[in-house]
Amino acid sequence: MLNTKDILETIHMINDEHLDIRTVTMGISLLECCSEDINRVCAKIKENIVSKADKLVLVCEQIEKEYGIPIIHKRVAVTPISLIAASCQSLCQDDLIKIAKTLDQVADQIGINFIGGYSALVHKGATKSDQLLIASLPWALGETQKVCSSINVATTKSGINMDAVYDMGKIIKQTAQNTADRNSIGCAKLVVFANIPEDNPFMAGAFHGIGEAECVINVGVSGPGAVHSAVKNAGDCDLSNLADTIKKTAFKITRMGQLVANEASKRLQVPFGIVDLSLAPTPAIGDSVAHILEEMGLERCGCHGTTAALALLNDAVKKGGIMASSHVGGLSGAFIPVSEDAGMIAAAASGALSIDKLEAMTAVCSVGLDMIAIPGDTSAAVISAIIADEISIGVVNQKTTAVRLIPSIGKKEGDMVNFGGLLGSAPVMRVSTLSPEKFINRKGRVPAPIHSLRN
Amino acid sequence: MKAVITVIGQDNVGIIAKVSQECARYDVNILDITQSVLKEYFAMVMLVDISNCNIAFTDFVDNMKDLGKTMGLQIITMHEEIFQSMHKI
Repeated sequence: MLNTKDILETIHMINDEHLDIRTVTMGISLLECCSEDINRVCAKIKENIVSKADKLVLVCEQIEKEYGIPIIHKRVAVTPISLIAASCQSLCQDDLIKIAKTLDQVADQIGINFIGGYSALVHKGATKSDQLLIASLPWALGETQKVCSSINVATTKSGINMDAVYDMGKIIKQTAQNTADRNSIGCAKLVVFANIPEDNPFMAGAFHGIGEAECVINVGVSGPGAVHSAVKNAGDCDLSNLADTIKKTAFKITRMGQLVANEASKRLQVPFGIVDLSLAPTPAIGDSVAHILEEMGLERCGCHGTTAALALLNDAVKKGGIMASSHVGGLSGAFIPVSEDAGMIAAAASGALSIDKLEAMTAVCSVGLDMIAIPGDTSAAVISAIIADEISIGVVNQKTTAVRLIPSIGKKEGDMVNFGGLLGSAPVMRVSTLSPEKFINRKGRVPAPIHSLRN
Repeated sequence: MKAVITVIGQDNVGIIAKVSQECARYDVNILDITQSVLKEYFAMVMLVDISNCNIAFTDFVDNMKDLGKTMGLQIITMHEEIFQSMHKI
């Protein structure tokens, strides 16, 4: 017989501490959809995704019910669309928007929450197709609901493509303008990356990498509430014991993720890819990463000591999770999206948390400057410079970093912006208005750091 | 295949009888029962064999949940595997 205490602990974690599987993401290769004719490409994309993922939602709902564990999102990630579109003859921007709309229709048809992979990998340079995809983003994201995009502008191995960084400042601004009537929601579906992972199940950065198999199942776990509760119950112990407590909780959370991943893989007859160990918050009370940091002993997230606390948390989550899963991948770390985390929202609104502190925090956890609302009149050059700063942290530290900024049109510092659902709401944060324009306008490439030469 | 039925709430006369009756109705065999009080909860945990369950397991989960509602209790039915994987190495 199982231990009653263990059973009740699991039920308590699920019912009261928001323990859930954040996402089951099916990665699908669209390489076989290449064709010279854009209409043929769209038809093949539709056919391919439906044939592989039409049962994804049904199977996940069955697992949810049988195991009693909520699976919040069901998603699909596809091969970067710029690679597929490159096969079309006389490719133009409208062709890419047509593909984006096709992806949106398929996502609706199979009932998933998001589809990722309207992406381009331009860390060293951009092809014609990459350039057209990037240029199409304000319209592709403005005219679709579920399509997510990621642009990789740098890797540790190749340095930073500052031409792309320059472009992305303008693109993010234009995307905000095109979706100004919906609180610039288009920007919430667009992430700029350094060292993008090929198997990330989380949006908006999920895509199916070119080193991946035909079709895989990747799972992203959640669980800030369960970790918060464990830290709270640990009481006034020292940091070594606190790290141990977090590791044990992370182990349990990840084992559940692995179980769901195995089960989904078996029932869908699709190979298991990875479990992503990330602590992914939601705006719900009791599901916040910032509140874990505060429970560790900080008066408010953003005060001095926040980076150290986050470093400990992030490391303990990985150490606890690594043994619980056969393959770990994706982003795997603590997420710190401002709008999606009740504690971050409160900290930012009270002025305790600044973009500068968030930037420092991203050096020790996964992802980066995420879901941050900035004044709508922020210049494209300043947006590019924020991207350049964040991307540099990733490139030099050989880790993934990313930027998801939302210039809130017509709003100024301190105003609240509501994005709805899991995307939450955020106060518009202060950015420096001093000009980095001359630096950004230089464009070109930032050479790869010396420690990238490891061969 | 085994599942765990957890009943949480206020203690009452006839809880085991009603839950057992529902299990028998669907050919679900009770393997073990334990009762405990944890914090403010009264909890009864039943390990059952669902190999011969005569309806879909997901429907059984719903029926048990509904039975709980009529008794003012929370009845949660989950595959045993989730507890094994979370708490055993």
